[in-house]
Amino acid sequence: MTFIEKLYLPAIFGGMAITMKHVFMKKATIKYPEQNRQFSDIYRGKHVLKRDDEGRERCTACGLCALACPAEAITMVSEERKQGEEHLYREEKYAAIYEINMLRCIYCGLCESACPKEAIFLTQSTVESEYHRDKFIYGKDILVEPVDPAKRIDISKRQTPEVLEFKKKPFEKHNI
Amino acid sequence: MIIYLVYKIVLISLILALSLLIAMYATLVERKFAGFIQDRYGPDRAGPMGILQPVADGVKLFFKEEFMPNTADKFLYILGPSLTMLVALLTSAVIPWGGELIIHGNSYSLQVARSSVDILYIFAVVSMGVYGIMIGGWASNNKYALLGAVRASSQMISYELAMGLSLASVIMMAGTLSLHDIVQQQQHTWYIIYQPLAFLIFFICALAETNRAPFDLPECEGELIGGYHTEYSSMKLGFYLFAEYINMFVSSAIMSTLFFGGYNLPFASHLHFSANWITISGSIFLFVKIFIFMILFMWVRWTLPRFRYDQLMKLGWTILLPLALINLIITAIVKLCLVN
Repeated sequence: MTFIEKLYLPAIFGGMAITMKHVFMKKATIKYPEQNRQFSDIYRGKHVLKRDDEGRERCTACGLCALACPAEAITMVSEERKQGEEHLYREEKYAAIYEINMLRCIYCGLCESACPKEAIFLTQSTVESEYHRDKFIYGKDILVEPVDPAKRIDISKRQTPEVLEFKKKPFEKHNI
Repeated sequence: MIIYLVYKIVLISLILALSLLIAMYATLVERKFAGFIQDRYGPDRAGPMGILQPVADGVKLFFKEEFMPNTADKFLYILGPSLTMLVALLTSAVIPWGGELIIHGNSYSLQVARSSVDILYIFAVVSMGVYGIMIGGWASNNKYALLGAVRASSQMISYELAMGLSLASVIMMAGTLSLHDIVQQQQHTWYIIYQPLAFLIFFICALAETNRAPFDLPECEGELIGGYHTEYSSMKLGFYLFAEYINMFVSSAIMSTLFFGGYNLPFASHLHFSANWITISGSIFLFVKIFIFMILFMWVRWTLPRFRYDQLMKLGWTILLPLALINLIITAIVKLCLVN
């Protein structure tokens, strides 16, 4: 080491200059909840059970989503549609109780891929914190979207080119 | 007589409250400054910009469980942090915080205790600080705490030597031990211009005395699981941590008093203020200097990695001590030449 290096002081001052420079640089922090991080268009967050154009629930409690779920987060109990309920449910079978345990869920989206009725989707909103674990079991009251057409959840961004190609296949016919 | 007592008590409580307040907010400034250096914001949730964070920390420490290990020495366990805190606060008694305030014709000095041996008093009290750490480490009955305490005490006594010698050159130049006279003599030029090497040595030794990085081996978490304060919780731990910041504050005050002119306001004679206003602005200027030094302490902490124990000892004994001696000899020679 040269004499100047052995003094250590010039190197120390150089280091202190670098740290001082960082004090005035732009910070990497995103101050939640005032600022929010930008999610991608197909971010997988909370689930939603969609309705069709006439306001009827699409879910028929077939159980494919529960079967596909790797974390076994979805449970349901099915019911037969009665005489006066044609405006509520699309087909004769519907889910009377439909529960997703958001703590078990790993937000993989396999339920969304498995659903033959295009009923369940993952949206861009994240799950809020709760104080008790049983509040995290979301029932139909939280999952099904509102009837009002203005308040429906928009999932058009999830229909990426790959999804549209998939839907064209004759053996993978979907109800829109 | 009564007025004298009242004035002293008011001054003491004011200085005590001020040092506690400044030490409290020094914890916040340290965390925010550390955050800014590391490209993040520090704590900013507690109040606007995190102003209430020290209060939150105090409340948290109060609510923690207050225990004493079964095998600990009961008296010494409580004595450790108390001694550290006492020593930290005692040093602030002789520092001249300002000139003289003239109220109703009587002049009140802003220095609590003026004696002719101020620097000797400071040195004696700072040496007692070693006891606080040593006792804390011993009383915990924990081998890691003991190791930390032993390392801390050896570090502190090694660096006290170089500190004393650098102070000796300042005293030789000033010709007096009294802090008030030293500040008075710096009205035209600060001593930093005459004694830059002594200042550098004193700064490094102050870092080592207050156990601040890069000399914070006694309390580093990675190597000693907390060092001498492993077995402490709640307010006793709070005392140890707080005393470190008060020590930092007092060291900055001593440095600004000895080397940077203390409460002297430059060009004070040109500005035609009343005497009281000169005193008050001088005190404010002193606090600005103290603040700058505390930022310097924190800046060095978040830049440098920690010293290894043998590197620390080598620096203290083989580099700083000879340098301080050489500085003393040069000061003596120059003083002799000037007298002749």
